[in-house]
Amino acid sequence: MTKRCAVLASLLCVLCLQGCTITPWVKPYERESLADPIMQFSRDPLSSKHFEHVHDVREAARGATGVEGGGCGCN
Amino acid sequence: MAVINLQRQSKQARAAKFDQTQASERPTAWRLLWRLATLLGGVFAFEHAQATDVPEDSAEAMYHYYDGGGVIASGPALLVRKKVNDTLSLSAGYYVDSVSNASIDVVTTASKFKEVRQEYSFGTDYVYRDSKLSFSAATSREPDYTANSFGLDIAQETFGGMTTVNVGFTRGEDKVLKHKDPTFSDYAQHWMYRFGVAQILTPHWIMSVNGEIVADDGYLSSPYRVARVFGAAVPENDPRTRSSRAVDFKVIGDLGSRDAVHAEYRYFWDNWAIKANTMEFGYSRYFGENWLADTSVRYYRQTKALFYSDNAQSDTLYISRNRQLSQFHDADLGGRVTYSLGKVSGDFDVKLNASVHYTKFNFDDFTDIRTGKLYTYGASSVQLYASATF
Amino acid sequence: MKSRLSLLCLILAALNFNHAALAAVAPNTSAPDFTLRTVGGPNLRLQEQRGQVVLINFWATWCGPCQQEMPKLNALYEKYHAAGFVLLGVNVDDDAKKAASVAQKLGIKFPVLLDTDKAISHLYDLSTMPSTVIIDRDGRVHYVHKGYLAGYEDTYDKQIRELLK
Repeated sequence: MTKRCAVLASLLCVLCLQGCTITPWVKPYERESLADPIMQFSRDPLSSKHFEHVHDVREAARGATGVEGGGCGCN
Repeated sequence: MAVINLQRQSKQARAAKFDQTQASERPTAWRLLWRLATLLGGVFAFEHAQATDVPEDSAEAMYHYYDGGGVIASGPALLVRKKVNDTLSLSAGYYVDSVSNASIDVVTTASKFKEVRQEYSFGTDYVYRDSKLSFSAATSREPDYTANSFGLDIAQETFGGMTTVNVGFTRGEDKVLKHKDPTFSDYAQHWMYRFGVAQILTPHWIMSVNGEIVADDGYLSSPYRVARVFGAAVPENDPRTRSSRAVDFKVIGDLGSRDAVHAEYRYFWDNWAIKANTMEFGYSRYFGENWLADTSVRYYRQTKALFYSDNAQSDTLYISRNRQLSQFHDADLGGRVTYSLGKVSGDFDVKLNASVHYTKFNFDDFTDIRTGKLYTYGASSVQLYASATF
Repeated sequence: MKSRLSLLCLILAALNFNHAALAAVAPNTSAPDFTLRTVGGPNLRLQEQRGQVVLINFWATWCGPCQQEMPKLNALYEKYHAAGFVLLGVNVDDDAKKAASVAQKLGIKFPVLLDTDKAISHLYDLSTMPSTVIIDRDGRVHYVHKGYLAGYEDTYDKQIRELLK
């Protein structure tokens, strides 16, 4: 696993330094749809907190529910 | 993380090995800090304008109500967030659960009771260039249970803002007491490690992958709950450690006609042999200038804990009849309606929301001893809330 | 576990490294010319503004910092307009009507141009929303500002005054 990681890492670095790059394909001015509330992972924090509590006390599974990211990406 | 095989070893050896495997799950604080530093070190090296925004000012007030399986829990909840300057935002929350408990466990082994749980939380968000550092602390108080926690989360925007990497850690410290038994006092500790990546796929689709490891240590049972062995009631005895992992995948897409769809799948597994699958699908749509409607379906299924039994036919060290650890599935259908009042007295953008969910629980190996049949029940949950952003 | 984390760190570093590319619009280069429709109706061409100091602000109705910035830009426009300063607000919304209504609500006096197909945003290779480009009387780019934070308008004021001399 460690050797494979080292090989992968060096390959990626070589690729990037040579200029065979992947550039971000969604530009900041194309994020209108992503800025909308219905496209957010967590729209209403209190509402999500209540649902998570209701599930946590009745179901054995827990975790991996919250996330940050997306949005308008301004500034 | 091996699941302990209770059958092949002696009780004491099993218990010792079980507890010992948990020692390696809890890195020291320094090791954790070092891991976080290696993870983010390279990313801080480059010049960027501040590309992350501090969360906006907002206030949310909610009334929540849950009625299911003989339990009625309701109460208010508040959350306020305020920007201090362009880089720092503070938040504070208050949550109350007034519980009237006549659940199947309570009515068959004790008598109905009422209790109030209060939770206070506080958080700060600090933005530096493309990173957001969040600190949070919470305390939850019931007459017989106190839970304190603090957490740290780092969100790092990268790849032109298309990818956001999240790393987080929460530490919880609980104190467990028992009604009418001043001699009972125990503790429970929790460690949660989170890692996630949110990735913008196209101008209309975004996805995320999240993983969380939870480790618990201490008293993880309930001092009131009983297990059943050969038909007789015995106090339940859960292991004093637990280690779990969960991986979650989410995707949200804009369908083009002022509507969006979302899908989520989570796989959970722990060293109590529980495996759980959660699936959720939802659809949101705008109607006119002011209305927004959401609907969702959720399906959850889990296998039972190794030491769980509805009516144990052998004597084991660990035994539980906690239906939360049994084999069951539940299905939920819900909807929410939001009305935007628009700008109210100046700069407040106010929205009114009402959400209703119905969940059906079906237990595969937990019997309702009042009827002799497998237990099932339906639960309704309602949320009424107003949110304002400034 | 440590090797996996180091690998992730390297990937992140590499990704960050390759997107620090040269912007199409940099100080001391000629500002790319364009013609866009204004909210009022008629087209407006950048090159026709030669002889005046021009501030181009790229904004959108869905962008919070942009909304905070607009009233400040309006104030700058009213202050220096008579001295040979022109402020162009290039909007990148998909819906031009929304842009027009928000501009009206904010009381915007300077021309609002519509870049609904994002061609000019692409031409100027915007890396943030909002973006502000300050151009001198000869059509050369002098300053490029990424994003908006409270106080930026004071910097714009100073830079405009400097170019107006």
